[in-house]
Amino acid sequence: MGFFLENLPALIIVVPLIAAPLCVLLQGKDYAFTVALLATWFSFVCACYLVARVTTEGVISYEMGGWPPPIGIEYRIDTLNAFVLLIVSGIGSVVAPYSRSSLLFEYVQDRAYMFYAAYLLCLTGLMGVAITGDAFNLFVFLEISSLSSYVLIALGFDRRALTASYQYLIMGTIGATFIVIAIGLLYQATGTLNMADIAQRLPKDGYDRTIVAAFGFLVIGAALKIALFPLHQWLPNAYAYAPSTVSAFLAATATKVSVYILIRFLFTVFGVQLSFEVLPTSLPLMILAVIAMFAASTVACFQNDVKRMLAYSSVAQIGYMVLGISFVTVLGLQAGIVHLFNHALMKGALFLVLGAIFYRIGSCHIESLAGAGRRMPWTMAAFVGGGLSLIGVPLTAGFISKWYLIQAALDKGWWFVAILIVASSLIAVIYIWRVIESAYFRSAPEGAPAVAEAPLSLLVPAWVLVVANVWFGIDTRLPVGMARLAAETLMGVK
Amino acid sequence: MIDFVGLYNYWIVIVLAMAGMYIVIARGNLIKKLVGLNVFQASVFVLYISFGKIFGGTAPILEKGIETYSNPLPHVLILTAIVVGVATTALGLALVVRIRKEYGTIEEEDIHIQDESM
Repeated sequence: MGFFLENLPALIIVVPLIAAPLCVLLQGKDYAFTVALLATWFSFVCACYLVARVTTEGVISYEMGGWPPPIGIEYRIDTLNAFVLLIVSGIGSVVAPYSRSSLLFEYVQDRAYMFYAAYLLCLTGLMGVAITGDAFNLFVFLEISSLSSYVLIALGFDRRALTASYQYLIMGTIGATFIVIAIGLLYQATGTLNMADIAQRLPKDGYDRTIVAAFGFLVIGAALKIALFPLHQWLPNAYAYAPSTVSAFLAATATKVSVYILIRFLFTVFGVQLSFEVLPTSLPLMILAVIAMFAASTVACFQNDVKRMLAYSSVAQIGYMVLGISFVTVLGLQAGIVHLFNHALMKGALFLVLGAIFYRIGSCHIESLAGAGRRMPWTMAAFVGGGLSLIGVPLTAGFISKWYLIQAALDKGWWFVAILIVASSLIAVIYIWRVIESAYFRSAPEGAPAVAEAPLSLLVPAWVLVVANVWFGIDTRLPVGMARLAAETLMGVK
Repeated sequence: MIDFVGLYNYWIVIVLAMAGMYIVIARGNLIKKLVGLNVFQASVFVLYISFGKIFGGTAPILEKGIETYSNPLPHVLILTAIVVGVATTALGLALVVRIRKEYGTIEEEDIHIQDESM
């Protein structure tokens, strides 16, 4: 048992990685499903254990293959990594059982095991990015997750899923290549690939052209992966045409992990002084974040496909996270990280609900939702729950992130930013209201086929996330406490 | 002048990277875009290999009487990056095959027109 626990940082990655080819070998839909479910749940349990250990014992350093860093690859888990691992594996464990009964399988039929293989690889990649302490290893895991997510998106019913996936492939590869250029330049400047080691060897106050170039490439590359305005064009189509299961999983995890990359490099590798004092990074990030909040929310109001609406809303929500980062204070960073967690919960819940709606109605168009409130009350109630959290109504998780974000803005003396945060939340009211109005205040069109409640196997995972939204809106110890610890470590306060 | 010529590897990197990016942006043909992407990635390979070179260094094989070796690590990294590049290209081409089956064309403009008319 001791040996097992000692090697947990490796197992959390290796188990889903091995499970992926196992799914392909076993072939049967049920076998593949069981393997995928066990592997994701195993990762989630591991992540919970790692979170518990990190919060009590501090940073865990795991030497891959027994090679000590900086020569060998180091898995380095601090509060921030552990938190991201928890988000990714947690969402993965909720989405995995959901995938079994979603409509996905009527489309892929007997090749369902392929879906699970890609799903597990995507999970492996995302968790690998979060756990590794080696810069090049991070790039490899990033590409594992990206390649499998292109496959997952291309599984969509609509043929536009193919072009969306292709577009994401082009943009994502450019982003990842920018990141690898940055890592190369950093290696050139410091002679090491271990992130903690790079951070130590970088001159903190010097203005070195190689390092500044690396910085530029990294920020642009990460911004492409995050889908920060104006580099977000790939995201709405990718999320709108991907199968609901995939949209829920990717919307809740993929962009979050990219935000993690940005935070990790800006604060740990380059350091606060170089990133924000020597180079003027804070203001551009803030401006782009605010534009994202308003532009994407406004565009979301005019979307008639609810899935596309939520995809645009994701771009806006990413704005809040980046806004938190751009404050460069413990409070701001804490708000950004808390929103990372809360947004994963709310977008995960909303996309899962949309999957359930699509299962029964066969469309996510706002017109076809008319009367759904009465015909599938539990499904629509879950949507309302997730929607309230997205808006930021008190007693939901969304309120907590906005609360901390506004506090951080006021603390910094940027009261106009605080006003902008509230104003942009009001736009969220408009687009969520459009859906609610259609579902509850309009009657179903004449001759519409009778629609029953979505099956429990779809409703339960969606409700798990909705309840989590309320739970973490009331009991905020876990996200806020961990985000606080992570922010203090990143800012070097502690 | 020596610096300018001596760093010709890096000039090639920049030219390749810009040419690749330009193809990705300017061409409407999905296959040509992938080729552009490959050129762009190849420029990064050259970048890594270039800074692994040490003047006067030999190939990194242990041998008596040789003191200076080139840095082998960038080569290893690039082997990995090449594998990633191959996987990306393969997946991209597979997507193009599916797109052609569904749309009957691989020109971005035509695909766009078909999507709009739906």
